[in-house]
Amino acid sequence: MLGGAFLDVLLKSFEAGLIYAIMALGVYMTFRILDFPDLTVDGSFTTGAAIAAVSIVNGLPPIIGTILAFAGGCIAGALTGIMHTKGKINPLLSGILMMIALYSINLRIMGKSNISLLNQDTLLTPLAGQYTLAIIMLIFILVIRLLLNLFLRTEVGLALRATGDNPRMIRSFGVHTDHTIIIGVSLSNGLVALSGGLVAQYQGYADIQSGVGMIVIGLASVIIGEAIFGHKTIARTTMAVILGAVLYRIIIAIALQLELNATDLKLLTAGIVIIALILPMTERSLRERSISRKRADELLRKGGHLDA
Amino acid sequence: MLKAEQVCKLFNAGTADEKFALQHVNLELHEGDFVTIIGSNGAGKSTLMNVISGVMIPDIGTIRIQGMDVTTMPEHVRSKWIGRVFQDPMAGTAPSMTIEENLALAFARGGRRGLRLGLGRRRREWFRSQLEDLGLGLEDRLTARVGLLSGGERQALSLLMATFMKPSLLLLDEHTAALDPARAEMVTRLTERIVRDSALTTLMVTHNMEQAIRLGNRLIMMDKGRIILDIGPDEKGILTVDKLLREFERLRGEKFVDDRVVLGS
Repeated sequence: MLGGAFLDVLLKSFEAGLIYAIMALGVYMTFRILDFPDLTVDGSFTTGAAIAAVSIVNGLPPIIGTILAFAGGCIAGALTGIMHTKGKINPLLSGILMMIALYSINLRIMGKSNISLLNQDTLLTPLAGQYTLAIIMLIFILVIRLLLNLFLRTEVGLALRATGDNPRMIRSFGVHTDHTIIIGVSLSNGLVALSGGLVAQYQGYADIQSGVGMIVIGLASVIIGEAIFGHKTIARTTMAVILGAVLYRIIIAIALQLELNATDLKLLTAGIVIIALILPMTERSLRERSISRKRADELLRKGGHLDA
Repeated sequence: MLKAEQVCKLFNAGTADEKFALQHVNLELHEGDFVTIIGSNGAGKSTLMNVISGVMIPDIGTIRIQGMDVTTMPEHVRSKWIGRVFQDPMAGTAPSMTIEENLALAFARGGRRGLRLGLGRRRREWFRSQLEDLGLGLEDRLTARVGLLSGGERQALSLLMATFMKPSLLLLDEHTAALDPARAEMVTRLTERIVRDSALTTLMVTHNMEQAIRLGNRLIMMDKGRIILDIGPDEKGILTVDKLLREFERLRGEKFVDDRVVLGS
């Protein structure tokens, strides 16, 4: 009986992880590919939830509401990108400013701080059934991943990656890096808002607080995924990020099963991110030192010395 | 081809460190010219490169490329005509991307970047043949990350990326300075061959006098933001490092000082 309940929790974590994975892919795009630490995410996630919920409550087809959520996120991200590139505002600050501005905007969109979708038909309603939702979400996230992988191999996508990697070089090859940054941050927040819109439909409500701490959850997913599943190629990393998002949900579920207080979750998440950030770095420096020592030994034993 | 007229650039305007990096610089390059620039510390060589490529806008004066006034045109627009190789081997390539992806980035220079895939089978084949010409075996490592290459390999790749789309103007900013002598020689040879084979109009800053004399059909010496010596094809043939140093002393009344300068071997 207990095993059955636990399996149920696992399934729920898996479903939620797949939906949050869309957000994590967005975070991956800014933090890793563009090298732009974008904090808009906390605001744009809620924007997505707000737009989807309001659309559905007002009788729009859920699919339209979900697409509008994506579009709303794209607009918010584009504004952050414009603030940074055209206004020369530091990337972190641009994101924070947009996040704060979005709090008011989200309240305007929702009209109140919580919208229930309990008796509404959502995009996920027809997917009720034990495994249907999990399977459909899995297919959906894999399609998004495929599209993202393809996009990052197009000419624009390559330019975007180069912008994060070596902006000076890519400017000398005729790319306006302002544009690639705006496109990247916009698309990233579109994904985040899409995830927010789906989460609202999954949970049955949109709340003004639903995006709080989302950036850290996204980062946790990216870092856990990369650390465990590797990040040699783009295709590998996008898969790792998705798995990281699912794994994160499972870790949280286990923590809750162990009767951890729900209010301590954000502390736990921050802890996970800190450890996941420090571990690989320590490991790398230890490994480099050991390689260097071995190599020095080897060279000295040969008796030869390398010329400067 | 390239025409710089009365170009002035002031650094740190209005502060105690105020300094003219360029003062009334006039320079004209004709189609197919290969001009080497040499100069002491702070002579304004890199600043000249920067105002030509659009990284900086001159305070006074105009820059024309193929008759068009590009003085205030942004770098990314100007780069349609300009190929560049930087001094730092890390600067000219994207380290976390593969060799073929870097080549694809360079391939798109001057065109509109769209949602086409950056790499197709035909492009890859062409890239492979271009890399074969370098003779470094990079054609077998198309999917290796550029960050894994040695400084010399990266600089050779940067050179290929800057030149294979045949820019109207090639700018080389001390592109062999950060390499060890053997690799610097390898990159110098490649430069010589590529510039000759594609008849590229080239402006090369170097800190190596011997290299400045050996390469190109014209040599320019800069000092304190001015061009103080311009040696054409006829005299350049009989130029030696000694003569060049004596000429500098005669013009400036002081010894040529550059802590990095290499007089040649």
